[in-house]
Amino acid sequence: MFPIELAGVGFRPDGQCVLSGIDLQLDGDGISILLGPNGVGKTVLLRMIAGLQPVSEGRLTWGAASRPDEAVAMVFQQPMILRASVLDNAALGMKPLAFGRRERRRRAHEMLERVGLADRAADSARLLSGGERQRLALARAWAVQPRLLLLDEPTASLDPSAVDAVEDIIRGIRTDGCKVLMTTHNLGQATRLADDVIFLADGRVQEHAPARQFFARPRSNAARRFIQAELPWRIRFDE
Amino acid sequence: MIDTLFAALRLLGSFDRTLVDIVWLSLRVSLTAVVLGALIGLPLGAWLAVAEFRGRNLLVVLVNGLMGLPSVVVGVVVYLALSRSGPFGSLGLLFSPGAMVIAQMMLVVPLIAALTRPIVEDAWREYAPELRVMGFSRGQSMQTLIHDCRHSLLVALLAGIGRAMSEVGAVMIVGGNIDHVTRVMTTAIALETSKGDLPLAIALGIVLMAVVLALNAAAFHIRRWAMRRYA
Ligand SMILES: Nc1ncnc2c1ncn2[C@@H]1O[C@H](COP(=O)(O)OP(=O)(O)OP(=O)(O)O)[C@@H](O)[C@H]1O
Ligand SMILES: [Mg+2]
Repeated sequence: MFPIELAGVGFRPDGQCVLSGIDLQLDGDGISILLGPNGVGKTVLLRMIAGLQPVSEGRLTWGAASRPDEAVAMVFQQPMILRASVLDNAALGMKPLAFGRRERRRRAHEMLERVGLADRAADSARLLSGGERQRLALARAWAVQPRLLLLDEPTASLDPSAVDAVEDIIRGIRTDGCKVLMTTHNLGQATRLADDVIFLADGRVQEHAPARQFFARPRSNAARRFIQAELPWRIRFDE
Repeated sequence: MIDTLFAALRLLGSFDRTLVDIVWLSLRVSLTAVVLGALIGLPLGAWLAVAEFRGRNLLVVLVNGLMGLPSVVVGVVVYLALSRSGPFGSLGLLFSPGAMVIAQMMLVVPLIAALTRPIVEDAWREYAPELRVMGFSRGQSMQTLIHDCRHSLLVALLAGIGRAMSEVGAVMIVGGNIDHVTRVMTTAIALETSKGDLPLAIALGIVLMAVVLALNAAAFHIRRWAMRRYA
């Protein structure tokens, strides 16, 4: 499935230009973080890579394949929570896979333990808080042992300790050998998690660099302005 | 008038044999028709919700239209199909409870399907991306969505039971209203009223309404319990 390659990918719904000429290569390890202002097309890009959004302009390939395989998992900003127990929700993603019912439940339980929801297994999932729902969604994604995990703002509107918990889970998933591609508007989170940063602005990839380099010496002016504007304090870059 | 009502209550209180037989047959026929109808109607409605093909909208309109199918029309169609010279005449089902189940199923399937479709479609619109990424097939998605909407879908089943229990035309035609064989509550009420035996008619009317009310009350409580449990 890797490297995932985008060449000249564009997205122009009804004449307006959202994405154009996106060139990007993603290897199969580490955490890549997509940064960029609201409406720049981060979610659209994630949906394309998940195979949910047809690519009408340019080329998108998953290794040698022209469509993603079942080793892709995605957690949406508002994850689907079924009217069922936490355990059943965690086991849901394994339904299309060749696991027996007992194996599914065993693995779901193991994942709930890893995300700290094991004691809630029998509860109704609809009663979980926002942060707990995110953890449940991550457990569900993790349970299928994906090779690529796509996360769309996994910590939006979570409190700091919930953010911390979710970040720990994401690190754990990477340690298991899963590639993570995620969006966030939390630059602190990006500095904590990212191995590399992909910065989108004006419909293009302005920068794709190792995280350290991106935050210490952003090359494009757009990236500098973005970082300066989003940090709660003012920083000045050398040069 | 008051006398008639008292006579009706006396019939109810004494568990009059004729009355009990009629009520029991009614319940058996209608509940069988709804259970079998739901086995077809729920998946049909869910399939209409998630399917993408040319002519889908036409089919949706058709199923919606069939909700209002007059029961006498269904009666005539089933009668023709089951009559001795009809395609299924050899089954010998005409004027049997089986024929009434078939007729009521034909009334109930489009009703359940039409009520199921928009409920499942709303859920599908919300969940489709996630189910797709997880690799769910259409069938697996349908199953998951029906299960997730189960409390709302109770309404569809309830409407089906109401329709099946209260219709007269179809069971009259295909059942023949034969005493102790195919006489159900609605056909008995129609017959007894025309004969002037009002106490039995009124007693049956009371039972019919009580059954429908009880089912609705049960559904109401299940939904309220579900609301609290699943928010
Ligand atoms: N299916 C679609 N049809 C038309 N326009 C769309 C469609 N999907 C997305 N867009 C448009 O594409 C643009 C980018 O949307 P997208 O959701 O990817 O932004 P984003 O970078 O995720 O923003 P945010 O940070 O606010 O989440 C928006 O202007 C949106 O209106
Ligand atoms: Mg977005």
